[in-house]
Amino acid sequence: MGSPFLLTMTSTIPNPLALIAELTHRCPLHCVYCSNPLELQSRAGELPTEIWCRVFKDAAETGVLQIDFTGGEPLARPDIVDLVRAARSAGLYVNLITSGLPLDETRLAALVEAGLDHMQLSFQGAREETANEISGAKSHTQKLRVLDWLRHRRLAVTLNFVIHRRNIDQLEEMLALAESSSATRIEFANVQYYGWAFANRENLLPTREQLDHSVEFLKREQQRLQGKIRIEFVVPDYYATYPKPCMGGWGRKLMLITPTGDVLPCHAAQVIPGLSFENVKDHGLRDIWEQSAAFQRFRGEDWMQQPCKTCDRREQDFGGCRCQALLLAGNAAATDPVCSLAPLRSKVDALLAAINTPTSVQNLTQPSWLYRSNPA
Amino acid sequence: MPPELHSRPRLAPGCRLGENSQQRVLLMPERALRLNGPSLEIVERCDGQHTVEQIVRELQKIYSQAAPQKVEQDILGYLALLEERRALDFEL
Repeated sequence: MGSPFLLTMTSTIPNPLALIAELTHRCPLHCVYCSNPLELQSRAGELPTEIWCRVFKDAAETGVLQIDFTGGEPLARPDIVDLVRAARSAGLYVNLITSGLPLDETRLAALVEAGLDHMQLSFQGAREETANEISGAKSHTQKLRVLDWLRHRRLAVTLNFVIHRRNIDQLEEMLALAESSSATRIEFANVQYYGWAFANRENLLPTREQLDHSVEFLKREQQRLQGKIRIEFVVPDYYATYPKPCMGGWGRKLMLITPTGDVLPCHAAQVIPGLSFENVKDHGLRDIWEQSAAFQRFRGEDWMQQPCKTCDRREQDFGGCRCQALLLAGNAAATDPVCSLAPLRSKVDALLAAINTPTSVQNLTQPSWLYRSNPA
Repeated sequence: MPPELHSRPRLAPGCRLGENSQQRVLLMPERALRLNGPSLEIVERCDGQHTVEQIVRELQKIYSQAAPQKVEQDILGYLALLEERRALDFEL
């Protein structure tokens, strides 16, 4: 698209682009790969409606375009319809990332009427027994019911499947489910290994054979479904050659607010020692975005070590993920060890070698899971 | 695949125009596109009323200094890009 006529036509908006609002850590599911921290925040500490509403206006004024309501389960908030309405009238594009529990048709209608733009409905598998095992709850039937209700609403729908060794062989069934629904997008997001998922990673990492097979299958299906369903695929970065540009770079595009109002550069930032976070009760978002020491800590390139510091790819992937560097290398400023150029890549390779031996695959037919708990 | 000239593009559910710091944008699931000049003129006409052909004719008038063939090609390319991102439905 390099013509002079279109020169200024397509480019992504500068930052901060989006705000991730973790409204609560309460959730009816107990997924073994939950992205919430191991230390969950209690209901008593959750921000009240009026502070969230103030934050939405503040976010829009700071340049934020989109808000992701997530959790825990955002529908666990009794004020969710009011929050959607307030965010939409502040000028934000409202995404709801939900398990579909607890939801009924009346509440769905109220959410749409309040201005919900897009629902991302999570599925734990294409088959009930897998889904229930992974979520530690009977949830699958309700999700199918929600899909049915969504058919009658003019609302953008994405189906989100978190992919891992136990369900990666069900992609065809998952896609069939999406094709029978009103979804225009489907995300196959391989598990990212932090928190609960890190604790369960030996039972979750797919084998290389599974991964290669899935990539080949999805490439074919992307072609077939072009213009009908957009397929997004997130690879497990342990198998990648280069790391992911985590959060689009630290403090470059996204902010996350926890249920109690702490503002973080990413979901897992609280694991990094020495960082402290400002709270929306005390500071405006613009101040936090520009001045918070936590946001500045890994912004730009000054913090980088070798090989990142002089790497040609440093403006593409920003050295990868800081939390993963901490978890795998013991140092949040290290090159993300999933990078093939990282000094500690051998650690990741050793884990993959263990996953890919035939005996280990057999031994994992009955995994013992650490299920995500619920906050007080 | 370029879109049919007689079809009528319409923004898909969850795709709408927005504004931020005087910049018009196309908001869609997990993404936002900055719209300037021609791209804004195109997206504003994706209303289920205009045919692709009408959009082309109207923009050829607005951008009469550009070669008409070039304008048409660029519009078809841009509509195909939006379709690929699942931002458009085409009604026949």
